[in-house]
Amino acid sequence: MSEPSRLYQAILEGNAKDALAITQQALAEGANALELVNGHMIPAMDEVGRRFENEDYFVPELLLSARAMKAALDLIRPQLASSGAQPAGRVVIGTVKGDLHDIGKNLVASMLEGGGFEVHDLGADVPPEKFIEAVRTTGADIVALSALLTVTMPAMRTTIEALSQAGLRDRIKVMVGGAPVTDQYAREIGADGYSENASAAVALARRLMAARTAA
Amino acid sequence: MSTYTCELAVSNPDELVFGSAPKPVRCGFDMEIGAGTVFPEVNFTLPAMEISDATWGEVVGHYEEMARNVLKRAVSLQAPGIVLEFELLPPMTERPEWGAEITALLRRHLAAAYEKSGLKSALRVTPTDIRDQGKPPLLRTGEAWEKLKRSFELCIAAGADIVSIESVGGKEVHDLGLMYGDLRSIVFALGCLAPRDMAWLWDHISAMCAEAGGRTVPGGDTACGFANTAMQLAHQKMLPEVLAAVVRAMSAARSLVAFEHGAVGPSKDCAYEGPILKAITGCPISMEGKSAACAHFSPLGNIAAAMCDLWSNESVQNVRLLSGNAPEAYAELLSYDCRLMNVAARNGQSKLLRDWLTESDEWLSPQAAILSAPAAWEIAEAIVNAGDGYQRCLAAGHAAAGILRRAVDEGRLRLPAKELLWLERIEAGLREMPSAETGLWDEMLEKHAGVFEPSSYGWPHFDLGH
Repeated sequence: MSEPSRLYQAILEGNAKDALAITQQALAEGANALELVNGHMIPAMDEVGRRFENEDYFVPELLLSARAMKAALDLIRPQLASSGAQPAGRVVIGTVKGDLHDIGKNLVASMLEGGGFEVHDLGADVPPEKFIEAVRTTGADIVALSALLTVTMPAMRTTIEALSQAGLRDRIKVMVGGAPVTDQYAREIGADGYSENASAAVALARRLMAARTAA
Repeated sequence: MSTYTCELAVSNPDELVFGSAPKPVRCGFDMEIGAGTVFPEVNFTLPAMEISDATWGEVVGHYEEMARNVLKRAVSLQAPGIVLEFELLPPMTERPEWGAEITALLRRHLAAAYEKSGLKSALRVTPTDIRDQGKPPLLRTGEAWEKLKRSFELCIAAGADIVSIESVGGKEVHDLGLMYGDLRSIVFALGCLAPRDMAWLWDHISAMCAEAGGRTVPGGDTACGFANTAMQLAHQKMLPEVLAAVVRAMSAARSLVAFEHGAVGPSKDCAYEGPILKAITGCPISMEGKSAACAHFSPLGNIAAAMCDLWSNESVQNVRLLSGNAPEAYAELLSYDCRLMNVAARNGQSKLLRDWLTESDEWLSPQAAILSAPAAWEIAEAIVNAGDGYQRCLAAGHAAAGILRRAVDEGRLRLPAKELLWLERIEAGLREMPSAETGLWDEMLEKHAGVFEPSSYGWPHFDLGH
């Protein structure tokens, strides 16, 4: 098995130490950074996502893989930057104001990172103005909002309205999720997409990026 | 302070049964909980809406309506008594006066129902533990703690009969432990951090109850943010069920600390670890199972009722159903469940019904398998025979893993291969844990630097046995 193929396997098995060592060696031997990412790392995370969707993997397996991916990616990032390669998209993510729950949001953030997105995690209990500021400073393509409480769901609408009032709504896509949130609610509040779980959130983010590019 | 050592309050599993606890609790309007009768505990909340100055009138209207409807149903069904639980929503703890206003409102309704219809009742009030706002959370100082403390004081003054909390100390580390399946972090959170926060917190809560004259009962805590998080993630196939089961058992060592620092029961409804606590302390417990499907799903629908003293619905929104509003409907559902249990008790058949409730769930889920009376008793015994919080937590984990292993080996519990793999990982992980917490602190301080604030747990001002 070639070294880059072992990178795929190391990420699949959530072995950050191996993923890092293999990447280091591959780069030293002159491997193309973008090829490592697109040819091995992202396919590995896609397979991780598939196994998670099929209920073959639990969250710990998924997150350990994402951690291995991130370790390798951090090593590659300087080469990617110098070659002008872009992330799959830039995402600002947070749990909305008044809501302290962040497990689901953290999962989505990890999965998005594993999927090649640049993620800016604002944490929990995030007021609309912080989302606005983050969109401006990061040049985000997507804002991902999370809520776990029925009484904090309205803060999703408030955040989307604030993004509109700040003149940012047209240049970003908004995706929402969380236990009480539904597809219908997402439409009602003017979000661009809803995801039921973390791995579906990556597919949604990719669709939103494609739609954004096509627009 | 390890109050509960060596001996259990319940001398054998057969004595663990619904409706009866060795140490009943008197509170509220003529209620005696754990003295032979199971009562419904109805917990209700708002529909999806914003809580603000602008909507406060509407919020109050919802609570008026929910209290009126629930108590009307209880009187109509001739319930032997009822407990209402008011779980404050975060803004109501952020602004303690709001929580106190609703507490007073509910208390007025209970007083009126007692006066008019003789309905026995009590009001449980549960302020939201908002201390986890910061990263890392500051648990013993700062605005969030001051507001939480004020919330308890005002709700006690406003007429709470029982106070409880779903405390969050250690959750910041436990969440990460769960997410990464990292047993060392889980044990550290449940066995080292959470007990220290709970000891500190419950000393304050029980002191507040005493200072207010002692009319308000310090009820109990729950590992909701720990074991119920694991249970829900397992339900969504995100975590192994065997891990959720072992976490549940270990969480009992944590929740027990409330009882060593003033709590007397009834324990909080979402503390599914309740039967273990009841075996150790003899205090009455509140439980929820199939009746809580309005709030979340669980594999513990029937078995959760087997040893309860209050039977709860966790939380239901004030939304309209065909029959009436949901809180009223759930008051009826709980009342009928309680009727059945109380008839069984009157006819000397409690144990029979308990065993049916148990058998119907026990081997269908590892989480149920560790909550039968014999399993709860075995875990309880392991806890009281261990030393400090850390060793209790480990002992509970070993006991639960042992129960699961025996059940698998004997063919009673059938687990898919990926669950069996995790059971092996958990067994190995428990074996590899250091025998004392001294062997864990340095590792965790480094691993979770910035995740938890050591001084929130008294560090370094406690003896680690160096």
